[in-house]
Amino acid sequence: MDIYTDALADGFVLLTSGTVDVWTIVSTSLRVSGLAVAIALVVGLPLGMLLGLKRFIGRTAALIIFNAGMGLPPVFVGLLVAMTLSRRGPLGDLSLLYSQTAMVIAQVIIAVPIVVAISAAAVGAVPRELRWQAAALGAQRWRVGMLTLSEARVGLIAAVAGGFGAIISEVGAVQMVGGNLRGETRVMTTAIVEFTRKGDYGSALALALVLMAIVVAVNIALVSMQTSADKWDRP
Amino acid sequence: MSTPLAIELLGVRRGFARSGFALEVDRLEVPAGSSLALLGPSGSGKSTLLHLLALLEAPDAGSVRIGGREVTPADRDVRLQIAAVFQRPYLFKGSVLANVAYGLKVRGVERTERERRATAAFETVGLAGYETRGVAQLSGGEAQRVSLARALAIEPRVLLLDEPLASLDPLLRRQLARDFARIARESGATTVWVTHDQDEALIVADRTAVLRDGRIAAHGSADDVMALPVDEWTAAFLGVAAAQRGRVVGSADGLVEIAVGEARVFASGEAEIGAEVHVAVRPEDVLLFAAGSEMPVTTARNRLPARVTSLEPRGATLYATLDAGGALLASTVSRAAATELALATGTDTLAVFKATAVRWRPIDNG
Repeated sequence: MDIYTDALADGFVLLTSGTVDVWTIVSTSLRVSGLAVAIALVVGLPLGMLLGLKRFIGRTAALIIFNAGMGLPPVFVGLLVAMTLSRRGPLGDLSLLYSQTAMVIAQVIIAVPIVVAISAAAVGAVPRELRWQAAALGAQRWRVGMLTLSEARVGLIAAVAGGFGAIISEVGAVQMVGGNLRGETRVMTTAIVEFTRKGDYGSALALALVLMAIVVAVNIALVSMQTSADKWDRP
Repeated sequence: MSTPLAIELLGVRRGFARSGFALEVDRLEVPAGSSLALLGPSGSGKSTLLHLLALLEAPDAGSVRIGGREVTPADRDVRLQIAAVFQRPYLFKGSVLANVAYGLKVRGVERTERERRATAAFETVGLAGYETRGVAQLSGGEAQRVSLARALAIEPRVLLLDEPLASLDPLLRRQLARDFARIARESGATTVWVTHDQDEALIVADRTAVLRDGRIAAHGSADDVMALPVDEWTAAFLGVAAAQRGRVVGSADGLVEIAVGEARVFASGEAEIGAEVHVAVRPEDVLLFAAGSEMPVTTARNRLPARVTSLEPRGATLYATLDAGGALLASTVSRAAATELALATGTDTLAVFKATAVRWRPIDNG
């Protein structure tokens, strides 16, 4: 059992000693995944609303694709993005491989299907009569849309939680397109892999605990938002 | 009080390819400030019609005219004059005040004025003091009152109600029907009230249109439509006897003599001799006497020998249908009276009713 206690002790020292490298890794993780989830929301919410509210030819196929996309293997996404951004790839001239931008691109691709599928289900569950009611009170189309988002906010928070949780904790894609460059593209998950491979369990465990703490803190915040939204639920 | 707007539908067609259902209304008018009950069974097109009036959708053909001009869902200035209350309250998540003020917010009314008008609407619907409650704290009846307050707060010139009481229990429904009808009348708006309940229709509106399979089967004053249903289906739907055709054979001293089959029926009014008319008498206005009995002196002008053609229980009373020489009548009688008169199918009786109880209307052959 010493392996756990020793690692915990080392990890505690590492976190409290103010070692710059650890917090650089943590801030890179938050910056990359935060930006990726924000972009995924900008792209995914309108798509989710479209799929949840409108009926059109190809809608079912699109829903199947996005639902299946929730289980998209990150290594597959990493492979596609790496190939696309590699020197011989179609976007090779941009020289983005092994950059934070490449990592954001990969994470956006992973998060978008999650945001789309969950938000489509959430807005689709808002009764259409409620939208008629708003329109019948004179609401413009954009106001009806905002009301729908507000009514579906419990589900939308789940979409944010799902998207953020999936990308902050994934390792395959960021490893392949970021390259785990120290001070540049090293994030918590790739660093944990790196430290574990070197046998530095203390550093790995310290970062794993920070990662867990972030995931838990984000979810506490989101669940408390859901609970306050529930308070106003309809009879 | 707002200035009401007249509503008119002309040649309106709205089809649904999948179900094959089509709404076809050649003409329907609701004069400014009046109230129309749109009656009909489930699936008859009432709600579709209301959606067209609320400018939530456009007809495939024909025109919807509000305030004297043709309008479409794109006419936001007209949409802002309309408010609708649906079968279920569909309150938005949030406070009750936010719900009632929603229509005002949409119209860009500033906050203090929004709250003042919302508070006034709460008072109108009898929910003063409810402003800070959450919608989850309301009973079904309260939620529907909030829904009405939400519509009234914008001071609409057209108020549309789509079976607003249908999801409530019968006792509460009757209470609220009277309240809602009074409030709607006092609002001054032109009101269209969709319902499948004829008693509710009589309470809430002064005009009635009956919708059947997407078409207007009857249209007129509530009294006329209920008392003079011109076809068997409408009569059956309303639970009354259908009006019969007759011909005016005499008219003098404010009395019209109408030939219905072999019988002669006297009605109050004046008409041209030879005119074709629809005529009906409400069952509750027809008194039955033993055949051949000595009649006291009475103001009832109509005394027709009749034969009972059927007798069936309707709640606490019996409903007798009668053939008076070709004039088909009905009468509601108490069980005690039926026993005393020994009423049964095939027995003879004397049907007595006043001329003022006879409803009649010239048939428009055009």
